[in-house]
Order: sequence, then C-alpha cells, then structure tokens
Amino acid sequence: MEKYTTFDSRIVPLANENVDTDQIIPARFLKGTDKAGLGDNLFSDWRYDADGTPRPEFILNRAEMKGRQILLAGDNFGCGSSREHAPWALTGYGFRAVISTSFADIFRNNSLKNGLLPIIVDRDTHQQLFSLTAEDPDTALTVDLSRQTLTLPDGRKVTFPIDSFSKACLLNGVDEIGYVLGMENEIAEFEARRAA
Amino acid sequence: MPQTLLEKIWNAHVVAQQPDSPAVLYIDLHLVHEVTSPQAFDGLRRRGVKLRRPDRTFATMDHGIPTHSRDLPIVDALAAKQIAQLETNAADFGITLYGLHQNTEKQGIVHVIGPELGLTQPGMTIVCGDSHTSTHGAFGALAFGIGTSEVEMVLATQCLLQRKPKTTQVRLDGSLRKGVGAKDIILGIIARYGIGAGTGSVFEYTGEAIRRLNMEERMTVCNMSIEGGARAGMIAPDDTTFQYVAGREFAPKGAAWDQAVAAWRRLPADEGAHYDGTLTLNADELTPMITYGTNPGMGMSVTGRVPDPAQIADVSQRNALSKALNYMALRPNQPLLGQPIDVVFIGSCTNSRISDLREAAALLKGRKVNPRVRVLVVPGSAQVKKQAEAEGLHIVFKEAGCEWREAGCSMCIAMNGDQLEPGQYAISTSNRNFEGRQGKGGRTFLASPLTAAASAVAGAVADVRTML
Repeated sequence: MEKYTTFDSRIVPLANENVDTDQIIPARFLKGTDKAGLGDNLFSDWRYDADGTPRPEFILNRAEMKGRQILLAGDNFGCGSSREHAPWALTGYGFRAVISTSFADIFRNNSLKNGLLPIIVDRDTHQQLFSLTAEDPDTALTVDLSRQTLTLPDGRKVTFPIDSFSKACLLNGVDEIGYVLGMENEIAEFEARRAA
Repeated sequence: MPQTLLEKIWNAHVVAQQPDSPAVLYIDLHLVHEVTSPQAFDGLRRRGVKLRRPDRTFATMDHGIPTHSRDLPIVDALAAKQIAQLETNAADFGITLYGLHQNTEKQGIVHVIGPELGLTQPGMTIVCGDSHTSTHGAFGALAFGIGTSEVEMVLATQCLLQRKPKTTQVRLDGSLRKGVGAKDIILGIIARYGIGAGTGSVFEYTGEAIRRLNMEERMTVCNMSIEGGARAGMIAPDDTTFQYVAGREFAPKGAAWDQAVAAWRRLPADEGAHYDGTLTLNADELTPMITYGTNPGMGMSVTGRVPDPAQIADVSQRNALSKALNYMALRPNQPLLGQPIDVVFIGSCTNSRISDLREAAALLKGRKVNPRVRVLVVPGSAQVKKQAEAEGLHIVFKEAGCEWREAGCSMCIAMNGDQLEPGQYAISTSNRNFEGRQGKGGRTFLASPLTAAASAVAGAVADVRTML
C-alpha cells in the first residue's frame, strides 16, 4: 500500500445521513473479479439517470467538484453491506478522506485498508464544516494524518482520533497481511496448543 | 472476573496481542462466496502464498446465481465469469465448494448452509465476506462480516487483526403474541433504537422471549444485528442449540460430541458479567412490523401511520425522512394497511429457512395470491428446497399462484436478474430496504414471512392477525 501523505483539498459536501453501501456502489456493479472501473459508478443511482446521463443536480456532477479528495458526509456513513467495493469506488473516484460524525464498523475497517481515511469529528465541527462549505464552496482543508489534524482556512486545527496501529499502517504503507504472515510461528503454536 | 459470552470466545482465540495493536484473532470457520472473494484469491496468487487452512474454508455460490431452473444457462456474462472464477479458485486452493456443478445438493445461501451442514457451532469464530455473517451468532459463536482484504488475510493466515468490540445486551422479556415472530422482534428493536445503535458493539440477545425461540428464529434475529449497526449478534447456546446441531454432517460425533457439549455449556455469560450497555424490549408489546422508509430503522407496527417530517425537530433527520418518503412515494400520516403492492419476495438469509416457508405456506394454503401481485418464493438452500418439496409446500405455493425457485440470494440483493421495476412496491422478507436495493427505483417494505404471505393474498399491505 502507498504511504498516506499530508494533502490539501477542497470539499465535496454530501449532507445525507446513513449513506449505505448500496448507494455508494449498487450491487449490480459487484460482478467484477478485479477492482477496476468502480470509481465511475460511485453513487451511480444518484449520479446518473436511467440512460446514464449525469444528473446535473447531484453534487459530484458539478464541474468544480472534479478532483476534490475530501468527502464531507452525514452521520453513520457506510452502513449496510461488507462490500469493500465501497472504499474501492471512493478511492477509484479520487477520494482520500471521508469526514463524518460516525462510520459503520465494517466500512471503516475496509477504508483503512485501502488508503481512505475515515475522519470522525464532533457534531459542532461537523456542522461548522458544512457551514463553511455553504458560505465558500471552495473551502479547502489540510489533512495531516501524522498530527491527526484537519487545518481550516483560518488556520484553526481540529484533531481527530485514530488508533495508533491503523495510523502507523497508513503512514508507513504497511501491508497488514504481510505483517500477520510474519507471525507464522505464533499461529502454528496456537493451533498445536488447541489440538492438544 | 465474570466474563460475557463474547469475552470467553474472544479470549480463547487470541493468538497474539501486542501493546497498542489489535489482537491477532484465530478464525475457526471461513465461509466464501463468489462476489467478495475473487480479488482475495488474486492476492494470494500475487503473493505466492497458499491457503493456510482449506479444511476450515468452505465456499458456495449464492449472490449472483440465477434462481430459475438450473438447466438454463446463465445469461449474465459477468455473473457467469464470477461463478466460474470461484470454481477455479476452489479447485486451485483445495476448498470444498457447494456450487452449481459440484456438491449441488448442498448449495445455498452461505448463512443458511453453514448451520444446515453443522459447520456453524457454538464457541467458534466465524467470518465471511458478507455482513449477514452475524446470523451464525445465533449458535453462540462470534460471527461477523469482513471486507475482501480481510478475506485475503484469513485465506492466507487463518487470522484477523481485530480489536475487541463492546457488548451490548439486548434483552427481550415477555412473550410474543399470535402473528408476531422473530422478524418482528428484530425490526422492532431497530425501529426503536436506530440503525446506528450497535456501532462498535456486538449485540447479545437475552431474555425469556429469546430463550423460547427455535434456532431458525434466533438466526433471523441475529441476521439483522448488522441493520442495527452491530457487526455481530449472539445468543448463548442452550439445549435448543445443541439439539439443532446434533447429528449434522460436520457436527462432532460420539465422545467428541459429549466433550463439545460440555465445553459449550460453559459459554454463557457468568453471573455478574459486565455489559457495556443494555437495550430492552417487551415482547408482549410487539405487533407485526413493517418498514415504510429507506433504511431498516424506518419501521413501525403494520397498523401504524407513516411519520410526518414536519413533526421532527432535528433538521437532518427531518430531511432524511422527507427524502425517504419522496423515494417511497408515501404521504406523511398515511396508513400502510391497504397500500397496494406489486411484488412479494419470500426468501433471503433472513427468512428462507424451512420454518419460514412452512409459516408462509400455512397462511397461503387454500388461498390465492391477488392476481396483481408477483410472488417469488426462493428457498435458502437446495436442502431447504428438497425438504419443502417433501412436505408438499411447493404445491401449496404454486397453487396459490407463487413462483417456486431454486436457492439463492435472489431479490434480496437483485444481482441475478430477480429484481423490481422502477416504481414497483414490494413486501420483502429480506433485510434491507435501501434505495434501489431490490432493483433501481424499486420500493421495499420489509416484513415477516407471515405478513408477506398475508399481503400477497390481499394484494396490499395486510395485518396477518386478521387472517389467522
């Protein structure tokens, strides 16, 4: 995995609560055997008409949203299924962070394994961020994982929580599977102990 | 120190625990299906590692497979490719596959066949790349859904990196009334406490109303734990559990059985064990439930009225409800009873087991489905189908005007061609009413098999209690 670096980006605001993984990537796009192309179908049913025409009213279809790497989402983002296609679709589109007050557990785990940072902020900060983007749609933030901070345009810093293990994995681009493969002795001992 | 069910299972499966790191947790049973595994097997090949424990890994096909006659070809080229890929992966890595061409008599929805084959046992850690893995917790196992990266990790190492979740006790006292079942329990819990109530937590269901449920009913409750935000749902094992497991193909036999049961009897929470929170519900107060909105928490009594966004103070909740009612084309304060429906789906890992089909068939026997309604009955597994046919349930369904299908996930996830048309209303015994879940533009009311069957006859949302 690539190392997670500090970046600046403007924000895509999506205020809906409880955005489920069926909205992030509908099930009909789960038939692939690789990860390619999922970004094109991110939020497909909100983003396109039945004939595939982009819906102008949907936020991602506004020209100025192109290239933005931060999604500002409503409460309980990513609820529903375990499909890792959800973070694959978000990163495939170009997002590197999602900000919300809460994330569904499986989505959160899947995101951390794919270089997509789930940033939890308190309700006041959440509301302020939506207000800021409403006042100035070009509001940009700095996401600094090593310091666990979001920097607002006025220089104010908001810290966010992340467990130290996930943080280290993201910052160093650690391959978690490789890490556990390295514990072969412990796993074999555990199996032997249980078989005894 | 007194321990909960979760803590006992957790502690017995920690391979390693380094400070400030998640535990390396050993996985006893890994269930695999065609949709969330291809990229994981690719990962094994790229790394050049073998599957660590093929004997603890079992595969089936369920999400994308057609439920029409097995003699017909799969017309969806992508689905066909994905299915063929699982066949290749199972063969290459030495996994038992219950598929369309091998061991077909045991194929079925992954959360139906695990328990059915006796693979699912108390005290186990069980994972699958599917959020409804919570189903298996009905046996007193720690069972939860994982993403594809984690599928790859378990294939490679038989372990997962996990932090111990919190445990929330969900206690159901009292007893269920006639016409009210396990599905109404879980829809009632989620309607009351919300779809985020279990985030970061495992639900352990306790109380006399839970104790009285049979295993299939317990599975229905645990299945939808994830709809309450909990990755796992658990019920302490008891004689009901042991009787269900006994004699199944992969269940321990002889002296090993006696040893296993003795160990399983030690699993229930110790007196005075600490829960991080408790939610309660009185079973006496439950009525048949139905959802009106676009998440499983938007539910109410089938006799209720759709809530009015204008009555909701919180802006974002008000907006969410308005958006949901707009999608569902429902009006504030309207009753759902009598709301015309187009499709009824009886199936899914929530409600496709033999007892679900028996309930629905008992209601439909001697009655006809309203001609405006299409009814799909999709058994959860080939074995459920065989059992239902041995009991003549398929005749009851067909005579009533239902379609009797082959086993699969079908219209719960609508990946296989079984889907709603835009604007159609369905009563579904499945678990998710998200926008487009059962087909783009389709509108879903979640309910029990009894409510679904009653509504099929009425051609509209019905109160099954008037038909019993």
